[in-house]
Amino acid sequence: MSAVVSPIREPLVTGGKTYHQITEDICSPTERTPSAAWVLAFIVAVTGLALFVFGVAWTIWQGIGTWDLNRTIGWSWDITNFVWWVGIGHAGTLISAILLLFRQRWRTGVNRAAEAMTIFAVICAGQFPLIHMGRIWLAFFIFPYPNTRGPLWVNFNSPLLWDVFAISTYFTVSLLFWYTGLVPDFATVRDRAKGIRRKLYNFLSFGWTGSAKHWQRWEALSLVLAGLATPLVLSVHTIVSFDFATSVIPGWHTTIFPPYFVAGAIFSGFAMVQTLMIMTRKILKLEDYITLEHIESMNKVILATGTIVGVAYLTELFIAWYSGYIYEQFAFYNRVLGPYYWSYIGMMSCNVLSPQIFWWKSLRRNIFVTFVMSIFVNIGMWFERFVIIATTLARDYLPSSWSYYVPTWVEIIIFIGSLGLFFTLYLIFVRVAPVVAVAEVKSILKAGGDQYIGPNANKTHQGSKEAAH
Amino acid sequence: MSNQKKDILYGLYNDEEYLLKAVDHANAEGIEITEVFTPFPVHGLDPKLGFAESRLHITGFVYGMLGTLTAFLFMTWVFTRDWPIIFGGKPYFSAPAFIPITFELTVLFAAVGMVVTFYIICGLGPGVTIPTLDDRITDDKFCIAFDVTNAEASFTDKLKGFFSQTGAEEVNTKNI
Repeated sequence: MSAVVSPIREPLVTGGKTYHQITEDICSPTERTPSAAWVLAFIVAVTGLALFVFGVAWTIWQGIGTWDLNRTIGWSWDITNFVWWVGIGHAGTLISAILLLFRQRWRTGVNRAAEAMTIFAVICAGQFPLIHMGRIWLAFFIFPYPNTRGPLWVNFNSPLLWDVFAISTYFTVSLLFWYTGLVPDFATVRDRAKGIRRKLYNFLSFGWTGSAKHWQRWEALSLVLAGLATPLVLSVHTIVSFDFATSVIPGWHTTIFPPYFVAGAIFSGFAMVQTLMIMTRKILKLEDYITLEHIESMNKVILATGTIVGVAYLTELFIAWYSGYIYEQFAFYNRVLGPYYWSYIGMMSCNVLSPQIFWWKSLRRNIFVTFVMSIFVNIGMWFERFVIIATTLARDYLPSSWSYYVPTWVEIIIFIGSLGLFFTLYLIFVRVAPVVAVAEVKSILKAGGDQYIGPNANKTHQGSKEAAH
Repeated sequence: MSNQKKDILYGLYNDEEYLLKAVDHANAEGIEITEVFTPFPVHGLDPKLGFAESRLHITGFVYGMLGTLTAFLFMTWVFTRDWPIIFGGKPYFSAPAFIPITFELTVLFAAVGMVVTFYIICGLGPGVTIPTLDDRITDDKFCIAFDVTNAEASFTDKLKGFFSQTGAEEVNTKNI
């Protein structure tokens, strides 16, 4: 029997799937031998990872002097990369938590992969402050533990320490949220597997049975975790922006930073989700679960947040002029027309102008355009952080200490390598875990209308039989 | 988990609509359902099974408050008692600067505490193996199970009658 399609709502899952087909479609990629495309991608990613390991090892062995940082520009690619990755790591929790609270049920198609992306992006982000410390073997000094130096505590008034707490809390909560969602799906994979695979997935599934009471608690837990993660995701980039906003550097010391950073984080996060989803749905043949509706919805978010970011850029310029404060005015004059003018152009064109094409529905629903745009947005958001960090530092109060910065090969391979780290983790994830939340997708299958799917649907259910005709 | 094995009589349904109807039927007949297993959370099932609302969120609140107090009191103690330092001419007790970390630890304690509590009360965790009735329960079958250990034949027959009336696809007994 064919599915009944509601005239009112678009179905969230297309293709008239049954529950069993959903299981089959989503779990089978973990059971097949990897495709040639996957193997090729994995080789590229691992090569990137090797570059990363080499760059980091070189930095640790030789010291931070292998980077082109100087007394004027003490933060550059490292912190740019850190903020960029943390920003990318915002979309997952936004999709899974905020959209859960807003009852946006389309999120079930993409939340699993987006959360995985969040976790991997935060892992990449975390590398940069650590290696930037120079003496990485003393990294544990950032934690307030009872030590033999007094005990001498960390400075709880410092935004850099707030960052430590924010990022580690964010990582932990995202991981718990993601894994708790994965447990029932690992059980599904387990129950299809034999032998050693079954043992392995039984371990991963924590012995999940699907008991009604467990499901009730699981839903209660998901809802409260979503409620907790919502302010958390907003707080994390707020605190990252405090790293800059609480300083006394013109161009950084602005109250607009928290909302502007959060909007930028959502913007870049969704762009990265688009990049990954477009590839994932194609390679794993998940077009019925990650539909054009999903891509269009996310493009709307990209358009909205991109425009918010654009308004923030213009507000900054206006306030710099309006403040009458010459240092602030100079900082922004320098940002637009100074030695790094090209990065400002890159930022403005990629982040503000290019997303405006999404006002057209046909472009929002065009996969190729979306893919290219998602790359543009990520480039633009990287430039944004570079503009904020390097341009501002290059021209400080004393003209005698003005400086210019060009990355060394070590910094370049560490950044490129961090992409390798990210994609290596993501590619392992798509082989091991169901990429779409199986149980959650099943629970929204009938959201489009009264779809009674199954061989005996007509046998006893007279109501649906009538509705079908 | 007790090691004593039980005889479980269970029926599998193809759709949650049948499951819900069957649960209604059992309630009307006064048959007590031992357990229900589903591949995903079925909405409207909990009240029919007479489940009280989960109290997990209350534990979340308690853990969260614990986090709030831990963070705020600890930072206060460090900066006013243990090692007072002046930062930028601010008072030792500069509460606004404590808010970000207090907030983060509130969330951290609440989330970690709730997740750990969830796995403990459900009896789940790494390395736990709970025998399942049917592999398709995590796929597309909805299961109602009755404990029929030492039950009289008439009771078992009544349950089988119940399954056939409510449209169960398969009815089996398993000793687990």
